[in-house]
Amino acid sequence: MIYTQSPLAIALFVAFVLFVLGLSFYLARRTTSSEGYYAAGGNIHWFVNGIAFAGDYLSAASFLGICGMIATAGYDGFLYSIGYLAGWMVALFLVAEPMKRLGKYTFTDALDSKFNSKAIQLAAAISTLVVSVFYLIPQMVGAGVLVQPLLGMPHYVGVIIVGIVVTLIVATAGMASTTYVQFMKGGLLLICSSILVFGILGRGLTTSPDQGGKKAYHDFKTIQANVAADGSLLLSDASYTAPADWQAGSLAEAGFVKLTKDGIDSIWQVKPAAAGYELVETLWVTTLADGTKLYNGAPKEEGRFFAVGSIKELKVDGVDVAETGAVGPFSFLKKIKDSTVTLWGKQYVKNPDGSKTLIYYQKPTSGSRILRPGLKFKVDNATGTDKFNFISLMLALFCGTAALPHILIRYYTVPSQAAARKSTLVAIASIGFFYILTLFMGIGAMTNGVINLTDNNMSAPLVALSFGVILFSIISSIAFATVLGTVSGLIVAASGAVAHDLMDNFLGIKMTDAGKVMAGKISAVVVGIIAIYLGIVFEGMNVSFLVGWAFAVAASANLPAILMLLFWKKTTAKGVAASIIVGLVSAMGLILISPDMWVRYGMLPQNAPISFNSPALVSIPLSFIALVVVSLMTQGSAVAAPVED
Amino acid sequence: MGHGPAVKLGKDYASGYKTKLGIWMFIAYTIVYAIFVGINTTNPALMEETVMGQTLAVVYGFGLIILAFIMAIVYNHFCTAAEERLNK
Repeated sequence: MIYTQSPLAIALFVAFVLFVLGLSFYLARRTTSSEGYYAAGGNIHWFVNGIAFAGDYLSAASFLGICGMIATAGYDGFLYSIGYLAGWMVALFLVAEPMKRLGKYTFTDALDSKFNSKAIQLAAAISTLVVSVFYLIPQMVGAGVLVQPLLGMPHYVGVIIVGIVVTLIVATAGMASTTYVQFMKGGLLLICSSILVFGILGRGLTTSPDQGGKKAYHDFKTIQANVAADGSLLLSDASYTAPADWQAGSLAEAGFVKLTKDGIDSIWQVKPAAAGYELVETLWVTTLADGTKLYNGAPKEEGRFFAVGSIKELKVDGVDVAETGAVGPFSFLKKIKDSTVTLWGKQYVKNPDGSKTLIYYQKPTSGSRILRPGLKFKVDNATGTDKFNFISLMLALFCGTAALPHILIRYYTVPSQAAARKSTLVAIASIGFFYILTLFMGIGAMTNGVINLTDNNMSAPLVALSFGVILFSIISSIAFATVLGTVSGLIVAASGAVAHDLMDNFLGIKMTDAGKVMAGKISAVVVGIIAIYLGIVFEGMNVSFLVGWAFAVAASANLPAILMLLFWKKTTAKGVAASIIVGLVSAMGLILISPDMWVRYGMLPQNAPISFNSPALVSIPLSFIALVVVSLMTQGSAVAAPVED
Repeated sequence: MGHGPAVKLGKDYASGYKTKLGIWMFIAYTIVYAIFVGINTTNPALMEETVMGQTLAVVYGFGLIILAFIMAIVYNHFCTAAEERLNK
């Protein structure tokens, strides 16, 4: 409804995909050993690997999800940026060098390096597979979401295209082509996001964002209303009429009224004023009994639903102004802090005819409130459960990064521990820089009249569209590449778990080196097909919800095992295996019985067995306890040697 | 069983030093991060206070990202120096 399909965007996307495939086939001719397939021969330069880390890590959730969340909920979206980056400190200080020192191709190798234990091989391989697949689902769903506006194709086509392209990339050249795809994508994402932020700052702030003169902002109206002696509503704008029974029904109970002008209905929020009422225009989506959706009372194509996002009162040094002109980054944030921005709340109303209306109403919010946590996460006057959820989420973000298998395998592509460390440093610099940009891109969308309230995931590409179709095309292609890159990293990790950890090590199937590469490629194709299937099945599921799930599961299953193996000499093989299984099962189990999942099962959230949604604060300690208890009970068996060389 | 590094690594005499330094720097960063989460949980209104012209939330959030970068550079500097000193 708000998107335009651009031939340029399609051409750029196709060109990018062809280039990547060409590169993969070229590199495939050099990838004949299993070392080449799983670890790119271990000879990638640390700088390339560092940017490729950024490519791996800045997934669709980072680029689309975080910017979209900042655009609608302010600083709370930025909390994800902070948490995701902080997780890299665990990777740099504790995990990078030992991982490089201990492992060969996979995370399981590193965990198992001291023990040669079947239990560890099985547990770690399962954990790698589970985490990779759960991380794959949101990426594939994201691919489908992107393809709709960009190429005008249905969701499942996007999922299948991405699935096939990525499986080809991985199955041809494994980690080598994946690394170069990630390097290019990571680099392009940083460059184009910087250009976009320059554009946002150069345009400055205004109370009537017109997208650089391209599109007039829909000026949401306010009407004064008084109640007449007979109970009817008298409106200051006589072109509108209100129904006589405006005070009855579910709409009125929710604080809204339906007005009619020239035969077209509109819904207004009723606010008590000094004299009478003030009626404020809203946006609304009605879902009819047969599932048809009407946007502001009409089908999507009629375009009655507006993009939103504007500053209500713009203050510079305490004085109201209409626009600021170009501003610097700190001045941009300061002016937002001193101003009032129109955000949007939403409310569901059940209609007498069985249809449901979702009303989006204006919520003027002070800038200082937007630039601090609390609009999405309940931190003010929070209950114990609210606080628990918040701390648990921040813990999962902190601990999840260094436990993601597709991140960990990147440590095997560089030649030395020093290179592993330096590539992490490059990753922190580039990812940190990008995360700072997310705040500006998100707030840029919030104030430039480009947000589609029914799906905020497209906020960042839509700000780009306000600067012209070229930037939009490039940014959209990169968003696609983002999905391609992250998915290929995950498929390498998952295929390594199957072919290297399970078939080669755990089952002890004798294979030649070429056979190992073939096993990896076949596994990649199978995992790719599973990912395509799941991407289609999970259409419509919230992307960041699933990413949070993957982080929590990864942090619970893998991190305690990694850390204790490195830093506790009494760790035993059985302890490591127990920790992985307990972490995996408890994190997944807690998610499955959480209030959020209860809603998805079609039940009331308050009836769920537990009251919290983020499992990390329970499952991570459980995983640590399992490791310590089982290790102490099995001291007679293999004990980890000190990690010193 | 095919374990061990993908490429041949030389003996690293600096690894003990690097591990200790890593643990201490990790603890330092974790404390700063924990205080951030702590303020948000116990006294979120404090995050709205103005510090250097911005809300405390913006200053602290950017601070955490920039601190991560600075600590990464410092850590890499000392690790590289130790490798050069001990792995001659």
